[in-house]
Amino acid sequence: MSAGDQRPAGATADSDETGAPRKLPRRGLLFGGAAAGLGALAAAGAHLSGAGIQQAANTAAADPADNVHGGGVVAFYGDRQAGITTAAQAHGVFVALDLRPGTTRSGVRALLRLLSDDAANLCAGQQALADTEGELARVPARLTVTFGFGPGLVAAVDPARAPGWLQPLPAFSVDRLRPEFSHGDLLLQICADDPLTVAHAQRMLLKDSRSFATVRWVQTGFRRAYGSEKSGTTMRNLFGQVDGTSNPAPDSTDHEHVVWGGGDIRPWVDNGTSVVIRRIAMNLDKWDEVDRVGREESMGRRLSNGAPLTGTREHDEPDFKVVSKLGFPVISDVSHLRRARPEDSSQRIFRRAYNYDAAPGAGGVSDSGLIFVSFQADVDRQFTPIQRRLDEMDMLNQWTTPVGSAVFAIPPGCREGGFVGEGMFA
Amino acid sequence: MSKKLVYPALSLLAAASLALTGCAPPASTPAPAAAATAPAKAAAALAVSQPWVKAAASGMTGGFGVLKNTSDADITVTGASTAAARTVELHETAMGADGAMRMQAKQGGFVIPARGELKLEPGANHLMLMGLTAPVTAGADVTFTLELAGGGSFDFTAVAKDFSGANESYVEEEGGAGMSHGQPSSTGSAPGSAPSSTSK
Repeated sequence: MSAGDQRPAGATADSDETGAPRKLPRRGLLFGGAAAGLGALAAAGAHLSGAGIQQAANTAAADPADNVHGGGVVAFYGDRQAGITTAAQAHGVFVALDLRPGTTRSGVRALLRLLSDDAANLCAGQQALADTEGELARVPARLTVTFGFGPGLVAAVDPARAPGWLQPLPAFSVDRLRPEFSHGDLLLQICADDPLTVAHAQRMLLKDSRSFATVRWVQTGFRRAYGSEKSGTTMRNLFGQVDGTSNPAPDSTDHEHVVWGGGDIRPWVDNGTSVVIRRIAMNLDKWDEVDRVGREESMGRRLSNGAPLTGTREHDEPDFKVVSKLGFPVISDVSHLRRARPEDSSQRIFRRAYNYDAAPGAGGVSDSGLIFVSFQADVDRQFTPIQRRLDEMDMLNQWTTPVGSAVFAIPPGCREGGFVGEGMFA
Repeated sequence: MSKKLVYPALSLLAAASLALTGCAPPASTPAPAAAATAPAKAAAALAVSQPWVKAAASGMTGGFGVLKNTSDADITVTGASTAAARTVELHETAMGADGAMRMQAKQGGFVIPARGELKLEPGANHLMLMGLTAPVTAGADVTFTLELAGGGSFDFTAVAKDFSGANESYVEEEGGAGMSHGQPSSTGSAPGSAPSSTSK
């Protein structure tokens, strides 16, 4: 690889958030070889940062059979933030920050500028400014960094812009919330198909946050490794269940309305949305006591492929009217599927969850669960009614316990040279 | 390089660009290519990428980035200045008589070779800001003016970042206490970011 060739290792033809073929990082154009003349330099504009790092000397030549895919890039810049409609990467970390007391509006602005610039570079496979481990940035692995604003951050910048739903969710009877997994002023959702990429991005972003904020909580999650199964396969949780079947497909009109608003549901800002993050502890030891029939009945779906108990394929529509020979509904009225399914079609959300598997407490063998992540344009209209029904009755509640909860407003994306959240300072 | 360099209105351009975008650290400040004279072309051939400054509460700190020369002639930076500090020196890091690496003024200035680049980075060549006029806080913009051999100059803006490194020893020529640049800019700096005292 020539010194001027700044294409990330193993670059692949992944698509960006808009589905358009992604562009290679522009730095190659700017500083690459003899072809990049002064005209190109002048034309290419202001954003020119990132790695001065040459291809690492210890990078082995890729074996064609290796199918290297760490070079996949998801565009950071765009009208909407990446990491929402983006097909879920294999690894995700969720970091909530608290602003230091006395952090001003201009301080928040400086923080968001720094973090946006870091994210833009890292997502492009380039080292961030003052990145002391820049070699780690060379494998973007579809890295996305998604910013969410908690009530405290919006209050520090412009309280009048806070949407009505930007507050803790109502208390639910099933909740056993712990402060170390709840709330926060600024969310960083960092996802990639490579855990080392995620860790490096987390480190870089937190280094640049130190003067402005402290870490409130970190939740690390995972799905199947990239390439282990066909992309687009609905994830499984640690109960073995297919989890997320009814999600509106990212390219559908439903998805557009659910996440970004439509009809009578308005987002808090154009191209903005909201995220609810709930840490759901799953008691695997108690789940072990349940046989397969009971497990499927609690969910209302088959463990084999996620099909509703009235169907054979995952995406078959459930038929709640079908009854057994004994006259009982095939899909129980208190199953998770039945209870979560809204009568009101506006009560829909887009889930993008990750599993977690933490170190067990004293005497235990597991501390496992789900980092439940859902995007919706309006928390009050779309999310809360579903959670109320599940709180009232859901067989799965016997084995699951919400231990963390947070709500964040997701601002629009930004253009090159801009920063996420800039609209709040207009 | 005895030809007089005509300095195009670069700082105005850079300022306008910043105002338009209103934000993120300008990673590159390409010079305009419109000037008619050969010296102006030389000045215009300079570009900076990845410019940043180590945040510091007071005293000294360092400025870094990559200077790129797209012309066929060497460009020499003879001096630098910024409103953020009383003086700016062009420093290199070299081994002293005792074998320790120390910062010292770069004799003859920084030469950016034709069609080449000069990296300013911690532990190597850098801009040494001395006598900060105010705290340089993370996220702040610091504008530098580089004086070029022949009389031209080149402006660029660097963003301040919290950084725990760049603690090279610097011994003042009057024999005062040794110092390193980069006093922590706030209590938010990580443990370990305190400058190492080097008076031994």
